[in-house]
Amino acid sequence: MADETVPPGAYWSRVVRRGQTLRIVDADGAGAASLLALNADQPSERFNAPDTTKIQNTIFVTTGRVLFSDLGRVLLSVTADSSGHHDTLAGFGDAVTTAAKYGPGRYLELRNDYHRNARDNLVAALGRHGLDRRDVVATFNLFAGVTVGPNGSLDWVEGAQRPGAGVDLRAEMNVLAVLSATPHVLDPSPEYRPGRLQVTVWQGPPPAPDDPCRTASPEAVRGFENTDAWIAGSAVAGAVL
Amino acid sequence: MTATQADERAVTSAIVDVVVGPGEPWTHVLARGDVLRIVDLEGNQAVDTLLYNAHDTADRYSAADTVRAQHNVFLTTGSRLLSSEGTVLATIVGDTCGRHDTLGGACSAESNVCRFGQHTRYMHNCRDNFLHGLRPLGMGKRDLVPNINFFMNVPVTADGRLDIVDGISRPGAYVELRAETDTLVVISNCPQLNNPCNGWNPTPIRLLVWGAG
Repeated sequence: MADETVPPGAYWSRVVRRGQTLRIVDADGAGAASLLALNADQPSERFNAPDTTKIQNTIFVTTGRVLFSDLGRVLLSVTADSSGHHDTLAGFGDAVTTAAKYGPGRYLELRNDYHRNARDNLVAALGRHGLDRRDVVATFNLFAGVTVGPNGSLDWVEGAQRPGAGVDLRAEMNVLAVLSATPHVLDPSPEYRPGRLQVTVWQGPPPAPDDPCRTASPEAVRGFENTDAWIAGSAVAGAVL
Repeated sequence: MTATQADERAVTSAIVDVVVGPGEPWTHVLARGDVLRIVDLEGNQAVDTLLYNAHDTADRYSAADTVRAQHNVFLTTGSRLLSSEGTVLATIVGDTCGRHDTLGGACSAESNVCRFGQHTRYMHNCRDNFLHGLRPLGMGKRDLVPNINFFMNVPVTADGRLDIVDGISRPGAYVELRAETDTLVVISNCPQLNNPCNGWNPTPIRLLVWGAG
């Protein structure tokens, strides 16, 4: 249904319908992929990093875990993950942090290799859907390792990137997915070097009753109960599993 | 400012001195330079707090930018509370508790159901308080973002486990914020009964504001 290469530094957005799977592959191993996910039918409902981490008791979201919205429902399930390194804490860069780290990187000199940043990308992408900066919240940052030290330090994991690493995200409602292929805000490299992202969307089979994401924990089970109940009661959601 | 210096602020010179009951919201605009003290009167009371640039409320507190900029997930004296647009909204200038959380977010009916069960759906929660606190300003759900939880203890282990555990606060502990720009503050004095963030017993807080002058 979609098979595209997102160039380094660019943004991409698409509605991924309930039951479809979004595969994102870090083609160049750059670890530069910030994902924002919103309910496409009611976009004031959106990814919530604190709820995602506290409901599942972990900051590490990988296979078998899900991305929760701020309304106790599941936006996306992680059905496969060959990276294992995704960040839920650090957010993303903006024009100021990007210029401070990499220099001005203006269009004047660099043309379309100019230094784009995640915040501007997300605002530009959301603008296409009638949304604005109030709809931008902390992203799920793919292919980037970030841990918390004993004294609370926020630490970058060296060497977490690998070309070809990918993640499969199954949409559990109609999801507006917005992707920014810009460097992770904690990436210590002094060089501005985002990479290409390969993005594929396909219709998968309905999840089995013992689907690992749907049965991972009592908390996840209740998240899916909330999601399925909303889908069943919603005239706009359309696709029903 | 050290805790000792902060202790010397004269309560009688405060321009605001109110007690906010458990489960209640509070909304106030701090002028640049104003200092807000939040006192945990009885100890172990989570105080969910959101900040906005008073002149542009789409420019609002950003937990991610705040922890990224200071390379640490805990807030304490010296922490600069950043906005989504990179504005320093406030600085923590006094803290007799030691550290505060900004990873755990606010409780809501919806997250309570996931975490604790369907029987918690109709319990009072911080999401409702924030919506009530923002209502007079014409603001709503799109303005709600991950917040600060003063006096709440959320350690993260090396293997990524995140837990809301017994507080490290105590009766009379306080934290002080100095507004670095005109800042709208919305507080929910957390009503959560389902975990130890309020010591299983939500209690009042005292809020004092000293003017910049």
